[in-house]
Amino acid sequence: MVLAVCAMILALGVSHAPAQQKVIKIGALYPLTGNLAATGMDCKRGADLAVEIINGKFDLNLPFAKDEGIPNLGEAKIEIIYADTKGEPKNGLAEAERLITQEKVVALIGAYQSAVTKTASQAAERLKIPYVCSDSSSPTLTERDFKYFFRVSPHDGTMARNQFEFLKDLETKMGKKIKTVAIVYENTEFGANVAKMQKQYAKEFGYEVVADLAYAANASDVTSEVGKIMSAKPDVVMHAAYITDAILFTKTFKEMNLVPQGFLTMAGYVESDYLPTVKSDGNYFLVRSTFALDLAKKKPMVGQVAELYQKKYNIPMGENTARSFSAPFVLADAFNRAKSTDPEAVVKALLETNIPGDQIINPWKGIQFDPKSHQNIHASAMLVQILDQAYYTVWPFDAASRDAVWPFPPWKDRK
Amino acid sequence: MEQLVQQLVNGLLIGLVYSLLAIGLTLIWGVMNVLNFAHGEFLMIGMFMSYWLYALAGVDPLFSIPVNAVALFLLGMFIYRYIISKVMQGPALAQLVVTFGISIFIANFAALIWTPNFRSIEHTLLSGTWDISGIKLSIPKFVTSIGSVVTSCGVFWFLRNTRTGKAILAVEMDREAALIMGINTDRINSLSFGIGSALVGVAGALLATHYYIYPFVGGTFGLTCFCIVALGGFGSIEGAFIAGILVGVVQTLGGYIFNPAYKLAIVFAMYLITVWIRPQGLRGW
Repeated sequence: MVLAVCAMILALGVSHAPAQQKVIKIGALYPLTGNLAATGMDCKRGADLAVEIINGKFDLNLPFAKDEGIPNLGEAKIEIIYADTKGEPKNGLAEAERLITQEKVVALIGAYQSAVTKTASQAAERLKIPYVCSDSSSPTLTERDFKYFFRVSPHDGTMARNQFEFLKDLETKMGKKIKTVAIVYENTEFGANVAKMQKQYAKEFGYEVVADLAYAANASDVTSEVGKIMSAKPDVVMHAAYITDAILFTKTFKEMNLVPQGFLTMAGYVESDYLPTVKSDGNYFLVRSTFALDLAKKKPMVGQVAELYQKKYNIPMGENTARSFSAPFVLADAFNRAKSTDPEAVVKALLETNIPGDQIINPWKGIQFDPKSHQNIHASAMLVQILDQAYYTVWPFDAASRDAVWPFPPWKDRK
Repeated sequence: MEQLVQQLVNGLLIGLVYSLLAIGLTLIWGVMNVLNFAHGEFLMIGMFMSYWLYALAGVDPLFSIPVNAVALFLLGMFIYRYIISKVMQGPALAQLVVTFGISIFIANFAALIWTPNFRSIEHTLLSGTWDISGIKLSIPKFVTSIGSVVTSCGVFWFLRNTRTGKAILAVEMDREAALIMGINTDRINSLSFGIGSALVGVAGALLATHYYIYPFVGGTFGLTCFCIVALGGFGSIEGAFIAGILVGVVQTLGGYIFNPAYKLAIVFAMYLITVWIRPQGLRGW
């Protein structure tokens, strides 16, 4: 009798197994509460939309959009299990472990902040679970030669280089005179590494660094920082910020009337909350980006995806969303080719990833990982400028939809 | 040189805001020995109230000051009556944990109902900057600091010159003696919690004129506030007022002269040196 019951349970268990195989669980780490909660929600929306496209039927030229689920795994659906990092590296580590050991996720994505991604990916590496990151930009993440960590988006080394290439282009192609830069950055993994790369490239491209300012993110007042920049009188201010400091700095730049030739900024200035908060004060800031809505002119699919997004969430699609949007596709593609979710098979498939440029919404030639660092070799940044309270691609000049406004118009001459 | 004067002015402006925030916190601590970790979240509620009054009814944040003060006063009394007063009968650790719990609850509840998005009030009666021979003075920040001074003076006056105020001071000095003298200490507790919260409500309306508003904004000011209360001497209103200004000026000038990266380190070094020489804080006893 007991044996019979056991056999029945086993039989049930076995007969359930294929049904369970139909869902592939991916863990996603994002700051869903705390200072960067709004950013975390942006990222979550991007990943959610990607999964909706993979699981459902859409007439888009994205991987798995036209069919439901993942074909080689019996049309398996992807499910994302979210974990809140609260923006803290220690939570990133703990939540990554929990997702892997308790929730049994087969891969991880996220965690936006480089410092958090760093600890979370350490957990994934130790527990041998693939981690595909499409939103953290610190170069050190792919300098560790981790076996399970892959990055789709460009890192800050590339983006810092792009910023200086832009300055050189301004000098050679538009006849501007630029000599000095101020490097201003928040002092965690992200900002500190951006600054390191910027200082290196400043030397290489021949610009003098007249101010090198680290500050604590989440400060309540930044007047002394801006005072320091003003005393240094730089031609260009380079600012690596998260959203709170981007808003506070913008207000303080205006209040103290800092007018360099231009502001080249990162991250905080492309958050979806930045412009609604600072409104017209955000005009003329230049931001490095991997996405802009005007890409739709050359790549109609960008417009279609942006429209889907707008319809679903009633806000325009932005940089953070576009970043988190790509990781689920890369993973789905790897699962499909591996015909399995086994970590070793997935890593092998990830190494062979070759998604062409017309199947992604970013302006890159495609997605292919470097065999050693696992960095996407095609990833690069463009520069967008805020004009009339919207983001327009202004560099590379041949991809620009509008001309860059340079120098920065004085605050007092604005409406 | 001009930048130094500019930084001194900026330091005073932000310092006076710190003062107002810290006075409310120190009052609550002085009277009932409860460290209100939810103080920053009360500030956030104040800022959001001003925002919604502005967004939905077109009320300028300056006119939302009395509304905020009354609403936060009631909220403070409510939280004291139904949560703090119960926990005060329990162990000290419970008191510490409960306000911490309230702070997490309020911030996340706000994120749930108002979304974690950032907001700001754009067209207020106060906007722009005065240029006084090269020194830039932001009008909303200036008015905020004046409002802070006026409110703080109001609290001093109330505590020194009214029966209730004197009763609060009496409880602060010696709870048992006050009880023997026939002061209803439970009522004083509840009033102090209300007044402490009302002050932060006023600060919220003033800050809303120029600061960004989002559910986790309280944390930005929280740590600095605790440092100021400790520096001024736990429970000392004048101490908190002076320490607030001191922290504002030291942080801004120190950040400018040395390096902004060290500005919090400079503030906390000042705090450590002060408590080393005077463990009770500047004006504590």
